[in-house]
Amino acid sequence: MFVSYKWLQEYVDLTGITAKQLADRITKAGIEVERVEVRNKGIQGVVIGHVLEREQHPNADKLSKCLVDIGEGEPVQIICGAPNVAKGQKVAVAKVGAVLPGNFKIKRAKLRGEESNGMICSLQELGVESKLVPKEYVDGIFVFPSDAPVGADALELLYLDDEVLELSLTPNRADCLSMIGVAYEVAAILGRSVKLPTIELHENNESVHDYISVRVDAQEDNPLYAGRIVKNVKIGPSPLWMQARLMAAGIRPHNNVVDITNYILLEYGQPLHAFDYDRLGSNEIVVRRAKEGETIVTLDDVERTLTEEHLVITNGKEPVALAGVMGGANSEVQDDTTTVFIESAYFTSPVIRQAVKDHGLRSESSTRFEKGIDPARTKEALDRAAALMAEYAGGEIVGGVVEANTLQLKDVVVTITLHRINRVLGTTITKEEVANILTNLQFTFTEDNGTFTITVPSRRRDIAIEEDIIEEVARLYGYDHLPATLPIGEANPGKLTPYQAKRRKVRRYLEDAGLFQAITYSLTNEAKATMFALETAEPIRLALPMSEERSVLRQSLVPHLLEAASYNRARQVENVALYEIGSVYLANGEHELPNEKERLAGVVTGVWHAHVWQGEKKAVDFYVAKGILDGLFALLGLENRLEYKQAKREHLHPGRTADMLLDGKTIGFVGQLHPIVQKQFDLKETYVFELDLEALLNVEVDDIRYTAIPRFPSITRDIALVVDEHVVAGELQKAIIAAGGELLKDVSIFDVYKGDRLPEGKKSIAFSLRYYDPERTLTDEEVTNVHEQVIKAVEQQFGATLRG
Amino acid sequence: MKERLQQLQQEALEKIEQANDLKALNDVRVAYLGKKGPITEVLRGMGALSPEERPIMGALVNDVREAIQRALEAKQATLEQAEVEKKLAAEAIDVTLPGRPIRRGNHHPLTRVIEEIEDLFIGMGYTIAEGPEVEQDYYNFEALNLPKGHPARDMQDSFYITEEILLRTHTSPVQARTMEKHQGRGPVKIICPGKVYRRDNDDATHSHQFTQIEGLVVDENIRMSDLKGTLREFARKMFGEDRDIRFRPSFFPFTEPSVEVDVSCFNCGGHGCGVCKGTGWIEILGAGMVHPNVLEMAGFDSKKYTGFAFGMGPERIAMLKYGIDDIRHFYQNDLRFLQQFNRV
Ligand SMILES: [Zn+2]
Repeated sequence: MFVSYKWLQEYVDLTGITAKQLADRITKAGIEVERVEVRNKGIQGVVIGHVLEREQHPNADKLSKCLVDIGEGEPVQIICGAPNVAKGQKVAVAKVGAVLPGNFKIKRAKLRGEESNGMICSLQELGVESKLVPKEYVDGIFVFPSDAPVGADALELLYLDDEVLELSLTPNRADCLSMIGVAYEVAAILGRSVKLPTIELHENNESVHDYISVRVDAQEDNPLYAGRIVKNVKIGPSPLWMQARLMAAGIRPHNNVVDITNYILLEYGQPLHAFDYDRLGSNEIVVRRAKEGETIVTLDDVERTLTEEHLVITNGKEPVALAGVMGGANSEVQDDTTTVFIESAYFTSPVIRQAVKDHGLRSESSTRFEKGIDPARTKEALDRAAALMAEYAGGEIVGGVVEANTLQLKDVVVTITLHRINRVLGTTITKEEVANILTNLQFTFTEDNGTFTITVPSRRRDIAIEEDIIEEVARLYGYDHLPATLPIGEANPGKLTPYQAKRRKVRRYLEDAGLFQAITYSLTNEAKATMFALETAEPIRLALPMSEERSVLRQSLVPHLLEAASYNRARQVENVALYEIGSVYLANGEHELPNEKERLAGVVTGVWHAHVWQGEKKAVDFYVAKGILDGLFALLGLENRLEYKQAKREHLHPGRTADMLLDGKTIGFVGQLHPIVQKQFDLKETYVFELDLEALLNVEVDDIRYTAIPRFPSITRDIALVVDEHVVAGELQKAIIAAGGELLKDVSIFDVYKGDRLPEGKKSIAFSLRYYDPERTLTDEEVTNVHEQVIKAVEQQFGATLRG
Repeated sequence: MKERLQQLQQEALEKIEQANDLKALNDVRVAYLGKKGPITEVLRGMGALSPEERPIMGALVNDVREAIQRALEAKQATLEQAEVEKKLAAEAIDVTLPGRPIRRGNHHPLTRVIEEIEDLFIGMGYTIAEGPEVEQDYYNFEALNLPKGHPARDMQDSFYITEEILLRTHTSPVQARTMEKHQGRGPVKIICPGKVYRRDNDDATHSHQFTQIEGLVVDENIRMSDLKGTLREFARKMFGEDRDIRFRPSFFPFTEPSVEVDVSCFNCGGHGCGVCKGTGWIEILGAGMVHPNVLEMAGFDSKKYTGFAFGMGPERIAMLKYGIDDIRHFYQNDLRFLQQFNRV
């Protein structure tokens, strides 16, 4: 809402308060003034001139030579390039020495050999946006009414000396979508009174019922429909002050009838529509829901197909307006219109919202109906419009109002105690202060022993309950006066849940291990949604996606991590190590919420470690990725419950992928990207992993228990076992541990060999075994006994032989 | 004989002095003190001396030997020291060459901000509540005083999956769920961080996915002044001890009264600068007293219980705090961006 400071003074006294100060006060009290536009963009010395003579410039086809009276001394000669300049016009003249926007100084000049002492200005040259300039003057100079006084300040007449407050209204304050509504708000803030317009209605002896009848078939959508007939109007420009106010408010002037409806819309917040009575095509107005497939050509010359969800104004046969949104072209007021039917109605919000949505048509009218108007002013606005048409369009008001009224206006009464106000706010506001605020708001109330009974005016439809009154008191009392306290009451210690605490440790670990935390989008495309997923379900699609790329909820974090890796690679960042913790979404049936499961995923590619000048450089491989995970499981105390199993998974290298099993249950995978997928994402050798984080963090883990530091020496024996190449180290190690019993404390692998020095199809794995007894020093013999059992076990289970 | 000894001592000391490595020194030792050396020879010749002269001469020989021995030891120490120094000098390295790098990642800047905020409120006795991102219309809207048909819940603004299920547009449904779990009994004191979704085109200031942190306190006798005190505490811990806050009236369907909360500019201290657009204040939060309809729907008696709620955007805070100019950076995961948040 644009509020002209000059215009606002019609309704509330602003003496002693500048536009800027007013803006601050309004903002502080709850309606944000987004900006204050100074309409004068640096203009000086522009006055009203009278074009006494106009003739063709002798040397230029497109220029006119004009003699203009500017109200000082002799008339001056001005060369003008506007096509519409003519003798007898009143125009805006920038005198010699004047300044136009952009610090453009007007000097005496010679144009094609003819002297020019000033410039006749278009509105655009005075800083008015083209879209606000009346259509007939868009390509030329603006012509003032003939009664504009010569020599007067043109800026003042055009309201270009004005300042405009741009209000950013929250949806509850639809009351401020009108000048009068804003006036009430300003009056409440300043503690001043509101002056409402006086309406002088001179009706003729005829009866409106002889002209037209009204019937509403959709009373829920339209509880009140009122209309008046104004005849003998003469279509022409509206008065300059009205045009100026409309332009200040961001509305382009058209003609007197249309301007008056727009003016009332701004003044009262009541949208009106003016029909050309003679073009209505009947003597009746019927308001009803549209029929499926019915069409209307609206004022913007667009044919619109309607449904039963739209409300139309009809002439009993066909639609003449899309109710509350836009009039029909068939009944539009035109230059030859003489009799006008003015509609002032109250349409309810849902039906208007539907039309706006379906037709992508938002207008000043529809916005107000959508947000809710004050139906108590509907008929007053109608009267005011008729009176203005009589005054400024030479019309004659036909006696009476046609209406269909099923409106039940009920007073909203709120009762609240002073104690409650102070209890909720934490303040010590007095009874008198509350009474003062309510008075300034012009709310009717009684007060009895600290209990206020308040009748809320119909313009404030946002106020219905105690809390609304508390808010009114608080905002006008001033939040700066609110004390700052802390809640009283039992203080519970705050803390993270065990899951949240572990998750933080997981993050920190992964980062210290070299991975950066990524956050990617949850929405993806259909193809990526199920790629790499540990579990899959029916993809969950948005009903109205904005793009195919963001249309389905993901079931794995890996695809977007790969995209991130690819994004980096395309920007010459080749070494990428990212992890993400986030949800995946698994459908649970159409009417149920999906299962949201938290996953941990990672991607590593490029060089893992480089210290080049000392000759160290290590590319990422499977064991780098696995090492990161091993560390994670150790952090969580799960290293002995976790097992890797060779696995085959779609999109992963069939020979370089492992599933991870916790207590025998698969909880994730790690592997190299399949070359095809690698190419698809434009990556080099890349490893990914994904884990069910909830399984990992929710599993019970024993608390740390101290074990005695070794007091006796341990004995280490190394063995190199030759086995078939398909035997995996993990299985061998498991067998060794099982056979080693209590005394075997550690088993580690220190060499893996495959090659010429072994028979074809064989490999050797070398283990280091450490034996230890916490109670005593072991003898060589004891160790040898156990060690031989170990060797026997692997011989029996794997056909392993000791490498010579 | 005496002269001979003194001459030998003289010679030996000179040779010791001249020895410039340990081998040369050893040669001197063998030459003068060895079994075949001249001093031993002198001793052998002592038999020819008179018994009176013998002890005198013996003492003299010892003196000479000791003098040579001392000189040898002294020289040995000097030479050894020199040897060590030479070796160490040869071992010198260029300490300005780069060290072996430690590979280290870091939090995403949003997590950094979120954890900091979580910790601040944990310190004030809050717990962290989490909830589903795919939510029922009821919890996302209805339970928050946004009945069907309310303008603020236009289909166009939310990602619906079915008519009753959508991607949550704020973390407030977690508040509704948590209150419901409390079955009408306070106190409730929670912080709800999480991802939320809106039907926006991604550009420098909009993202269809972003994060929010909301807070909720419900108890008997919770006052709006408690909200002000709590948020002032938060602002000071988050943005500096001399920060102040101000409330501006606003509107949210789930709170009444509702306010926007500004924090005095941490960049200029309130005098006005580019960060605060010259106003001295930066809008950081939306807040208010929990609407009685919201309390009642969650099973709380709104005559007995009151509460406050507040919400903020980690993206906005991170952008302000670190001077980030484009919200899309948070979701592109460009390492050149992420790596900038790798220190205290
Ligand atoms: Zn600043």
